[in-house]
Amino acid sequence: MGQTIVEKIFAAHRRDTPTPENIILDLDVVMCHEITTPIAITDLESRGMDRVFDPDKIKAVIDHVTPAKDSKTATQGKILRDWARRHKIRDFFDIGANGVCHALFPEKGFIRPGYTVIMGDSHTCTHGAFGAFAAGVGTTDLEVGILKGVCSFRLPKSMRINLTGNLSAGVVAKDVILHIIKELTVNGATDRVIEFVGPVVAAMSMEARMTLCNMAIEAGATCGICLPDRVTAEYLWPFIKDEYESLEVATTHFKKWHSDPDAIYEKELSFDVSGLVPQVTYGYKPDEVKDITDMEGTPVDQVYIGSCTNGRIEDLRAAAGILKNRRISPQVRGILSPATPKVYSQALEEGIIKIFLEAGFCVTNPTCGACLGMSNGVLAEGEICASTTNRNFNGRMGKGGIVHLMSPLAAAAAAVAGHITDPRKYQ
Amino acid sequence: MKEFGGKVLFLDRSDINTDEIIPAKYLTENTKMALQPFILEDLKLGGFDPARDVAGKGVVVSRANFGCGSSREHAVWVFEVNEINTVIAESFARIFRQNMHNCGMLAIELPAADLDRLFGLGGEVEIAVDLAAGRIKAKGEREAEFSFTLNEFDRQLVEAGGWLAYADKKY
Repeated sequence: MGQTIVEKIFAAHRRDTPTPENIILDLDVVMCHEITTPIAITDLESRGMDRVFDPDKIKAVIDHVTPAKDSKTATQGKILRDWARRHKIRDFFDIGANGVCHALFPEKGFIRPGYTVIMGDSHTCTHGAFGAFAAGVGTTDLEVGILKGVCSFRLPKSMRINLTGNLSAGVVAKDVILHIIKELTVNGATDRVIEFVGPVVAAMSMEARMTLCNMAIEAGATCGICLPDRVTAEYLWPFIKDEYESLEVATTHFKKWHSDPDAIYEKELSFDVSGLVPQVTYGYKPDEVKDITDMEGTPVDQVYIGSCTNGRIEDLRAAAGILKNRRISPQVRGILSPATPKVYSQALEEGIIKIFLEAGFCVTNPTCGACLGMSNGVLAEGEICASTTNRNFNGRMGKGGIVHLMSPLAAAAAAVAGHITDPRKYQ
Repeated sequence: MKEFGGKVLFLDRSDINTDEIIPAKYLTENTKMALQPFILEDLKLGGFDPARDVAGKGVVVSRANFGCGSSREHAVWVFEVNEINTVIAESFARIFRQNMHNCGMLAIELPAADLDRLFGLGGEVEIAVDLAAGRIKAKGEREAEFSFTLNEFDRQLVEAGGWLAYADKKY
């Protein structure tokens, strides 16, 4: 019987099978940030178990609130920093080198096809874009991962989503995933892995694939995953060039992870993206999605461009294309947070930061901050934010605030117009 | 082994997410106990007042997709430090369900029809969970019994007192 990509990854990492339904996996990468890791660290210390299974397989970053905004967040950073030093974790990223975890770690080449990855962060599913099994977990799973290098999962059921057709101008990966979440609903993929396939995915950059996989969790999925191909090999080339003779050899090698033609899927769906228009959320759930044309004119107080969903260089380029030679509405506070120092620096070189500044945006350092209402752009009661992030839950970006999720193009257009509008008008 | 049950806090809504259970701004706390006053602070549910409705409860009963959203285990801890040991729902988000069992707490799934009966018992409802037998006894103005199944591995985690205790012994 054929296997799916995730079944192949699970078979290659199986440590134990405690019941026929459950599996214990060996982990290739355990990623840590300063919000969910410190309690794991202090718990391990209090149990006399302050050890790590392999310092080279642990990656850590301070990203959610950075620079620290108060004594409590300073303490969280300190706990993570001291722990990383104590255990000689080389891949620890602090101020000056830090960025949003799910943008930073792929950039560093830490995620490879066939890997198993966990992090105490639900958007860990982003890394499935590389053909890895990557799942968000809680602090206890993280703690055991740090200590033993293992994690438990139920045996996955896979759902295959075939994306066909051609994306129209002004319609991007964010619109595709919002549309898919609307179709699946917020728990349509719970305990499932979503395998994204088809010509639309094959034509997507790694950045776009990361946007696609990033929001798989918003349909409840354990992981979103793409089959690793030449695009994956090209992205990873600086990190793998000593392992492979050529890109072709790497690409061929990656194929060993591809799902077999006779693999079994619980469900197979196909979407033709050709007729898709820019999408936007309303309400307080990420499956409450409409065509942006149906929300035309909704006023916004703040526009936020950034996050692990849409804070990468392609996203900034897309937004800058709309902002160039335009000023944002005086009603709007525009905030850009490039997701990593590399993105920031590249945006500077390409003149993108200047475009944002001249348009009237504030440019912050790389951080998760505003996306979850922790810092750098928290909303007041009743305020509305057009945001490139991933969650529109009640209170998400600040108590009483309202969030509309959309693409970087749509967010830039909203900033200029002062209200939600079709970004295709500005292209 | 720990006893499971207690007076019921009914949260009659689907898709209650972990941001509603404990908003991100409190994730800067470095002890579980510090989370205690902030339970369900942002829950969007008419007539619900956390300050009035949570005290003295041991069990939460809700609808589908409970605990969706963020992976924050703080959403489980804030129940734990408020003496809530069990959540019963039609379905759970994967990470929340795993976090409950990893902490030695119970996340029990019941069919929608059973939940309708449970919601309809009337008065102050109290629940006793018999984990070994897979039975729930509920008593309000009326009484009802329900059977449930727990994934065998999750049962082992709960019986071991959580994933760390289980994993430390075995791996």
